[in-house]
Amino acid sequence: MPDQATLVEEIPSLGPLTAAVPPPDPGRERFFVRFTLAQRYMHAIMFVTFLGLAATGLTIRFSTNTWAQHFALAIGGFGTILFLHKLCAVTLTLEFLYHLQNIAVRILVRKEKGLLWGPDSMVPNLKDLKDILGNFRWFFGRGPRPKLERYAYWEKFDYWSVFWGMIIIGLSGYVMWFGPFFGRFLPGWALNAVQIVHGEEALLAATFIFSIHFINAHLRPDNFPMDTTIFTGAQTEEEFKERHPEEYQRLLAEGRLEQTVTTKPPTWLMNFSKVTGFTAVLIGVLLLVLTVSAYFRE
Amino acid sequence: MSPLGKLKKVWAKSLLSGKINPVRWPESETNNPLNNSSGLLSASNRLNGRSLSLFTTEISGTTRPRRLSSSPIAIAGSLLLPAQQENGKPAIAKGSLRSKAFVAACVLLLLASFSPAIQSQTDCLSCHGDVTMQDAAGHNVGVDANAFHSSVHSDLGCSACHASIKAYPHPDHPQPVKCVSCHADEAAALVGSVHEHSADQPCTTCHGTAHAILPKDNPKSAVYPLNIPATCGKCHGDAAMAKQHHLANVYPQYMDSIHGYAVSQEGLLVAANCESCHGSHHVLSHTDPKSPTFKAAIPATCGKCHAGIRTQYTAGVHGTALAAGNLNAPSCTDCHTAHTIGQPTMAQSTPMCGSCHQAQLSTYRDTFHSQVSNLGSYVEVARCSDCHGEHEILPASDPRSPVNTANLVKTCGRCHQGANAGFVKYSPHANPHNRHTSPLLYTIRLAMVLLISGVMSFFLIHSLLWLIRSLVEKA
Repeated sequence: MPDQATLVEEIPSLGPLTAAVPPPDPGRERFFVRFTLAQRYMHAIMFVTFLGLAATGLTIRFSTNTWAQHFALAIGGFGTILFLHKLCAVTLTLEFLYHLQNIAVRILVRKEKGLLWGPDSMVPNLKDLKDILGNFRWFFGRGPRPKLERYAYWEKFDYWSVFWGMIIIGLSGYVMWFGPFFGRFLPGWALNAVQIVHGEEALLAATFIFSIHFINAHLRPDNFPMDTTIFTGAQTEEEFKERHPEEYQRLLAEGRLEQTVTTKPPTWLMNFSKVTGFTAVLIGVLLLVLTVSAYFRE
Repeated sequence: MSPLGKLKKVWAKSLLSGKINPVRWPESETNNPLNNSSGLLSASNRLNGRSLSLFTTEISGTTRPRRLSSSPIAIAGSLLLPAQQENGKPAIAKGSLRSKAFVAACVLLLLASFSPAIQSQTDCLSCHGDVTMQDAAGHNVGVDANAFHSSVHSDLGCSACHASIKAYPHPDHPQPVKCVSCHADEAAALVGSVHEHSADQPCTTCHGTAHAILPKDNPKSAVYPLNIPATCGKCHGDAAMAKQHHLANVYPQYMDSIHGYAVSQEGLLVAANCESCHGSHHVLSHTDPKSPTFKAAIPATCGKCHAGIRTQYTAGVHGTALAAGNLNAPSCTDCHTAHTIGQPTMAQSTPMCGSCHQAQLSTYRDTFHSQVSNLGSYVEVARCSDCHGEHEILPASDPRSPVNTANLVKTCGRCHQGANAGFVKYSPHANPHNRHTSPLLYTIRLAMVLLISGVMSFFLIHSLLWLIRSLVEKA
């Protein structure tokens, strides 16, 4: 079952992440696995460190603003700001390296074809282009809503912007952190350039995540007030059919739909997801407001 | 009244009615110890003070010591003085001897040998010794005898200053006291100063109650170095007064400064008080080129104490420019302020330099150095002076400058361990907004801004259309 592996990322330490398939119960709502436990953890680590990086980084970027100075003072000054920024950066770097290792193993060792190409892949394809055009036609009432596969084009954009963002922001950050070391082989202007690139790319990442990602994933009318799938890992059958109809039909046709059925997430997890998700969104929106106001005052 | 007292009065009357012609001291005799205030004081102390003060007490009603013209006192003095001169004391009187005067002098001598000098003060104090005494207009005319006897003028008789009072009963409205009659140098210094036209009596405003003026080295004196700030502050610490005269209310600034602290808290006599920089009697506006607080003179004024810093400053670009007559170049007070005396290690130093070096401040603002310093805390961070130096700021072309290419590894290496030739190629004042000076960085920044605006524009439109569509479908 090669495709199963793409759906459920197996991590030895965390064990298999699909629950035992419960017997079909027509009267009860069924839940389907969308994200593995490892993916949920990775998202959790990423959004916590991202919020930390954004809060501390934007404070540095907009250091002339009163809110930045008060925030810095409140948490212990610049020393704390930079320490937390580097702590989050190293954590996120390790996660990114783990992700790269995971992809490498799946491509090179397990020879998973579906990872690089196909309906379950993160790599953009022709269907994504058609979906974009189809979606715009639908926006203007000139066509039906496109039937999306496992990953919508905006979700792929989220993924790749974070992927490249981490490379660009991470590398430029380490060049600044270890300036004298990188100064040995980088040209002089590069040391100036990394600060521009780091700051501007991070500004894009923060404003994008805190506006577009939040809207697309949580705040748009379809998902409002909160899509907890990334926290619980499970989506209802109704959500599955509505959001990823192509994938649903594909799995149904292939007879693999039942393999992704999981138990209903416990109530505590649902509540925890909502509280955590809302907190993250609120922090993000607050940072967005401060960032945008500071940016246009510069 | 004792027979002696009667005799004295008779003599005084004849003197005051002009029956005895005074002797005139040559005006040119500048060495005359009575010609200046300190000289007067020391002379009166040196010369058997009692005799002299008797003369001044009795006679100065018409002829105050330094304006003496052919006064019997001089004759008396000249008679007295040979004995004094033998003791190496200065001669105080010269003049021709006249027979009338000689007689008067003899009488005087006689009086002097019997009459204690204080007696005339006692006469006045018999009425004015009541400190609550008031004249018809309700002005207090009482004199605190104890305070007066310990004052610097205790050896002078009352009429030395109250010259118009010649006899008792005296007129209700005696002439105002003129300190200038003895203290001519100070009075001359006052002319042209900012206090020249002070409405109040200029002398007592600073030197305190007329009858209780103490020597300058007396810690209770109003002009004792440690008391000067409070004395000047009586007017200059008054916000209303400062506003009225268009002055900055600098007294609180001074008192909170390191100078004010040293004076008020540590009692440091060498610390700068008001007089140290502004002078005392000849205080001039800082706009007056002759003033010690005129911009070009400030390095010398501060350098009276801060000599080492002055040497450094004079060698640097700012000192050189100021010495060359460029009044836009900063002097000490432009960076440290005149009264607050700001600490240059504080974050305020950056905007201070930036108030002239605006382009450099702007590019500094873009750097990590600036961001760190904006957020405060206790992290040591490079500010202007950390790289450029403080008082002896030299152009980058100067091999001694810390920002000379040859010195950058050392300068940057003070903070950045392992700084090397490649690392110091970083341009701390690069301007990515300027296409001409930093074309590469300009391009990079432009590309990043286009990326941000492109991505955000696309997705904001995308989300907005999506929202509208969703609402339309739900409706």
